Amino acid sequence: MSKFLTLLGREIKSYFYSPIAYVVLTFFLLITGFNFYVCVSLLNQGPTGVTVLEAFFNTVTFWWSFVLIFPLITMRTFSEEFKMGTVEPLMTAPVGDWQVVLAKFFGALFFYVVLWLPSLAYFWLFQKITLAEAAYAPGAFGGSYLLLLLLGMFYLSIGCFASVLTSNQIIAAVICFCAVTLTFFSGLLWMFMSSSFSGATRDLMAQVSAIEHMMNFSRGVVDTRPIAFYLSMTCLMLFFTHKVFESRKWRA
Amino acid sequence: MIKVENLTKSYAGFTAINDLSFQVAKGEIVGFLGPNGAGKSTTMRILSSFMPATSGRALINGFDVFRQADQARQSIGYMPENVPLYPDMRVGEYLSYRAALKGVKGRKQKARVLDVIERCSLGDVRRKLIGTLSKGYRQRVGLADALVHEPELLILDEPTIGLDPNQIRQVRELIKGLGKHHTILLSTHILPEVEMTCNRVIIINKGKIEASDTPANLLSQLRGVGGVRLEAQPGLDNGREWLEKVTGVREVTETVEGDWKLYQLRIETGADPREEIYRLAAQRRWALRELTRQRATLEDVFIEVTQSDV
Repeated sequence: MSKFLTLLGREIKSYFYSPIAYVVLTFFLLITGFNFYVCVSLLNQGPTGVTVLEAFFNTVTFWWSFVLIFPLITMRTFSEEFKMGTVEPLMTAPVGDWQVVLAKFFGALFFYVVLWLPSLAYFWLFQKITLAEAAYAPGAFGGSYLLLLLLGMFYLSIGCFASVLTSNQIIAAVICFCAVTLTFFSGLLWMFMSSSFSGATRDLMAQVSAIEHMMNFSRGVVDTRPIAFYLSMTCLMLFFTHKVFESRKWRA
Repeated sequence: MIKVENLTKSYAGFTAINDLSFQVAKGEIVGFLGPNGAGKSTTMRILSSFMPATSGRALINGFDVFRQADQARQSIGYMPENVPLYPDMRVGEYLSYRAALKGVKGRKQKARVLDVIERCSLGDVRRKLIGTLSKGYRQRVGLADALVHEPELLILDEPTIGLDPNQIRQVRELIKGLGKHHTILLSTHILPEVEMTCNRVIIINKGKIEASDTPANLLSQLRGVGGVRLEAQPGLDNGREWLEKVTGVREVTETVEGDWKLYQLRIETGADPREEIYRLAAQRRWALRELTRQRATLEDVFIEVTQSDV
């Protein structure tokens, strides 16, 4: 456990040692700030059926910035160690493969959480200034951020998996971006083309649609099925990551 | 300390090491020699449990490097070739991190880090970013990392490559000093270094062990490789014919250098014909300005052993 914490500490520090962290943080703030501004001005135009929280998490701007951050966070996790050769001192120290995989994953998750923290201030300020409710209920708040965390875990585990496949960060980023985009936007497919699919396919796509989940959770409808889905998918991806990381022993 | 039995590692279509067996006893400093691509780094990577062998096994301190990797790794300080390090960490911070990874904690960690910083003369750069360090310093950080958990065994892959002569001397002194408390396996292709630091030499070529002995024994087996160099003015005599008659001389090559003639004599094992040559020169009234015995160096051994099948 103490070795895991040592590795985790190194992972977290490495994010904040590199300028990438600050660039990503800054631009993510800019985009979410812009998104929030758009949502508030939308509400200003007249009565609507949505709260600012619901609007915030269901815009194209949000989707865009959301799928883009995962490759940026995870592309260096394993690729950089392979490229620089630092995997050799790392894996000749008495540490296990699982410890390294989990440290990298939770390091990425920590950075992801830091990325979202400032957005809490938006809703707090909104309530302070307008005296209106940002969400219908605390459940909507909790639901939105819970889903953000779950989605984040799933996509970060995809990113870790992409990174463990290659020593090239660009390739890792492209694989991660494609995989995250496909899984995230598969829900759009369901929305727009539902008539061309049979009943079973349609149901399946509805179950895995992140956009659909976000609509429900930001309304405060916290369903356990997506929770189970994302948690188990995260475990599966981390298991794959571990297997690929381990495979360096028999591949070459 | 190290026990290697029938170790083989093959990549797709290519065998890096082939049925390697050797042992290293506690307290030995063993030099691992071989041309590029001979399998030195592969062997060291297997020993440090970075990758497994295709067949055969290796034991470190009685622990199998593959099945009991954690225990084996704990007793090894490994310094990989080219010393990969995190450029974004500071020297002291990196060494503390490595110490923690190797299970050295708390007050002991502080003491150990200070000790290796002192021993590897890293005091000046303790707070510097590793990315800004020169090659020599990076090399020493790698060595400090290998030492930080006081391992019984040090495996150093080319510890002096890319260093300037002063740094090489420093590292060599450091290694010699370490040999008092640690067992060391080091690879290099700087041969004088091995002669100076190692108790034993293992020469491998194309994945096989070609020779394994003390430097002195290897040299004595190859005494014939040395020779005698002679610079003389034999006047009207045919110097070569006269010299070939001397006992112990196998072969004479003659080169003309202005007024002087240079003779390179290959001699039989154990023979020393210098005295007789001197008497010959005196008797035939040759002018003589050089008569030297050329000792075989480890370089000759290396060339003889690794090129024998060419």
